[in-house]
Amino acid sequence: MSAEYRVELHDRIVKITVKGKLDTTSAPGLSEELKKLQGREIDRMVFFVHDLEYISSAGLRVIIFAKQKVGVNADIYFIGAQESVLDVVKMTGLSNFLICKDTYKE
Amino acid sequence: MIRIDSYPTHTYKGFKLRPGKPLPFGATIVPGGVNFSIYSSHATGCELVLFKKHDPKPFARIPFRDDFKIGNVYAMVVFDLDYENVEYGYVMDGPFDPAQGHRFDKTKILMDPFAKAIGGRDEWGKEPDWNDIYQHRARVAFDDFDWEGDHPLEIPFEDLIVYEMHIRSFTCHESSKVEHRGTFAGIVEKIPYLRDLGVNCIELMPIHAFDEFEQSRISPVTGKRLMNYWGYSNVGFFAPKAGYAATGKFGMEMDELKNMIRELHKNGIEVLLDVVFNHTAEGNEMGPYISYRGIDNHTYYMLTSDGYYFNFSGCGNTLNCNNPIVRNMILECLRYWASEYHIDGFRFDLASILGRDQNGAPMNNPPLLESLAFDPVLGKCKLIAEAWDAGGLYQVGSFPNWGRWAEWNGKFRDDIRRFIKGDPGLVGAVIQRVEGSPDLYRWQGRSTSSSINFITCHDGFTLMDLVSYDGKHNEANGEDNRDGSNDADSWNCGWEGPTEDSGTNFLRMKQIKNALTILMISQGIPMVLSGDEIGNTQLGNNNAYCQDNEISWLDWSLVEHNSDLFNFFKKMIAFRHAHPVLRSREHFRNTDYVGSGYPDISWHGTRAWYVDFSEQSRCIACLLCGKHAKSGTCDDNTIYVAMNMHWEMHGFELPSPPPGERWHVFANTDVVPPQDIWDVGSEQPLDNEYEVLVGPRSVVVLVAK
Repeated sequence: MSAEYRVELHDRIVKITVKGKLDTTSAPGLSEELKKLQGREIDRMVFFVHDLEYISSAGLRVIIFAKQKVGVNADIYFIGAQESVLDVVKMTGLSNFLICKDTYKE
Repeated sequence: MIRIDSYPTHTYKGFKLRPGKPLPFGATIVPGGVNFSIYSSHATGCELVLFKKHDPKPFARIPFRDDFKIGNVYAMVVFDLDYENVEYGYVMDGPFDPAQGHRFDKTKILMDPFAKAIGGRDEWGKEPDWNDIYQHRARVAFDDFDWEGDHPLEIPFEDLIVYEMHIRSFTCHESSKVEHRGTFAGIVEKIPYLRDLGVNCIELMPIHAFDEFEQSRISPVTGKRLMNYWGYSNVGFFAPKAGYAATGKFGMEMDELKNMIRELHKNGIEVLLDVVFNHTAEGNEMGPYISYRGIDNHTYYMLTSDGYYFNFSGCGNTLNCNNPIVRNMILECLRYWASEYHIDGFRFDLASILGRDQNGAPMNNPPLLESLAFDPVLGKCKLIAEAWDAGGLYQVGSFPNWGRWAEWNGKFRDDIRRFIKGDPGLVGAVIQRVEGSPDLYRWQGRSTSSSINFITCHDGFTLMDLVSYDGKHNEANGEDNRDGSNDADSWNCGWEGPTEDSGTNFLRMKQIKNALTILMISQGIPMVLSGDEIGNTQLGNNNAYCQDNEISWLDWSLVEHNSDLFNFFKKMIAFRHAHPVLRSREHFRNTDYVGSGYPDISWHGTRAWYVDFSEQSRCIACLLCGKHAKSGTCDDNTIYVAMNMHWEMHGFELPSPPPGERWHVFANTDVVPPQDIWDVGSEQPLDNEYEVLVGPRSVVVLVAK
């Protein structure tokens, strides 16, 4: 199964829910969704990834894109990642800028 | 603006294609697809072969049309590929005529020499499917990365303290307590340890893609599997070893490695790569087809007049480094590592081969070495040669350099080993080595930074084994102890191997400290073998190239067990960092050119201002004038180092310290820890200003202040 995703913007907070596999098949679509937010005032981006089973190189690059081009000054949260996904995020250095937590409080 | 070359022009069995761009070589992601480009001077035809990741059979074979070829380059864009899940190879058509140097074989699927990622050995030690028709699988790579502003550190060469390590050995032992043992990620977890030790540069044994199963076998002695563990046998030059990455099984080894380099840089630690351009993993006539042999054998390898492989590497074949095409590949490769991975420098294995012409004869001005010396992308990279090869060429002190190349100084290793062991007649040689080997380098106008000083490296004994074994003990390698060096200049201190005898063990520790102290007070760039700082042993194995087990893996419990030794290393490294007088780029002039009243360096013996050069002399001391630090450009303490490698204690008459200053003891290797070494700034005043007693086989370091 490729990824399902939903992107919502409310009160300068972007909530992104991703399920399944974020890879070359699904990453470009999510990138396009995020591109629509470029230029908007954003304080926080929150990736809800409880049901994300796998993230590939292409998937990682969507998150980097989000940081560099959408939420330049925003805090970026990565919520509820499964261990295997969190491992990949840590080993490839994304945890330097991601705030990884089990749960999210408004 | 829409580019018109981002659309297909042709189709082949449902695949959308267009003529590709010949440069860059390799597989490059372009809008809508992937540009595949490969050259062969002698092939008559080429097919692109595509696999789904890990699949045994290809899902497509796409011939390059005649109009997709420019010169000797086959180039084609294939659109709509799921490039993260694709592996690609080539089939080359052409003559099979070994006498003419051609070994084309249409039945073989060949890896792209420019592949940036290579699968097939994604997880270290996982038994491959030996029936797989394509063992080492080229993959399409992302070459972007969020470097967060990182760039190579460009630490002045003379300020480096190099730490040679093997990715897997460093953290594979369970005592390392890292989450991902034996990986790039594991190194990141150990950065605090490296910082604590104080090294500012790691030199990684080969991390290019290699096959750990090459010549794998079961040891008849131990019953354990022997591997191609060190990796001095390249499968691909552009790709990192996936099995060294915890994320290799997901194809993210490039990101993991880049993250490691970025984190090391953040902590002030440079990264040098040990690169092996002298041969490939394809071996000789009997070896496998992996890539080069089937793509353009005549171009890639040095061949005899009747088509056999020259073997200057000792590994079956020799890469044809001064062929213009191969030369460009090597240059492109190093540029790629420097720019895409932010590598700070390279150490070239058996580098003398890079200076041989296509017939194997040494050249005066090898074009490859010159190109590397003057390349703009590599302009700030450290270039270090292992200045010899297996064909008998030995160029320590004479490696073609253009003021850019440094050398592993094998003479430093040999002379200091013999001196520490107590061999006679070495006083003159030790003076040269401590001064940065001016006998080798000054006459050519080369700086002290030309000399990479070391006493141990991956090749040979660890420092603990150097003082614990007279002979090698390589039986576990399964070669009847024939392999490995027989002239290690080691001394077991009276007992072969481990012992409970406290006197022997004290002497061994002292000898290790003597070695480190001489290394750290010598001009040039010191290199320490990983694990020596904690007394790591390989149980007398001086050639552990095949040992993927506890023989090679660092036992981290030694950090605590040998904490005194670790403490000595830390403080001695800190001492070198603190004292620029130990790190001059210029050679000494042996005169006083700043008016301090002392020459920049002066030599002494048991009598001040007098050196006994006789055959039986084993006592020598140097005084480094602090006013001459960095050629007189900065002020430092004056330092005196007394080395007594005689088995009896000797009193060393002291030269006067600078006016108003007194001698203070920084280190005395004959003293029981923790009084063997002090923190920089906490040196202890010496009671007797006129003489220091130096114990048998001991070194004393004094600081004037």
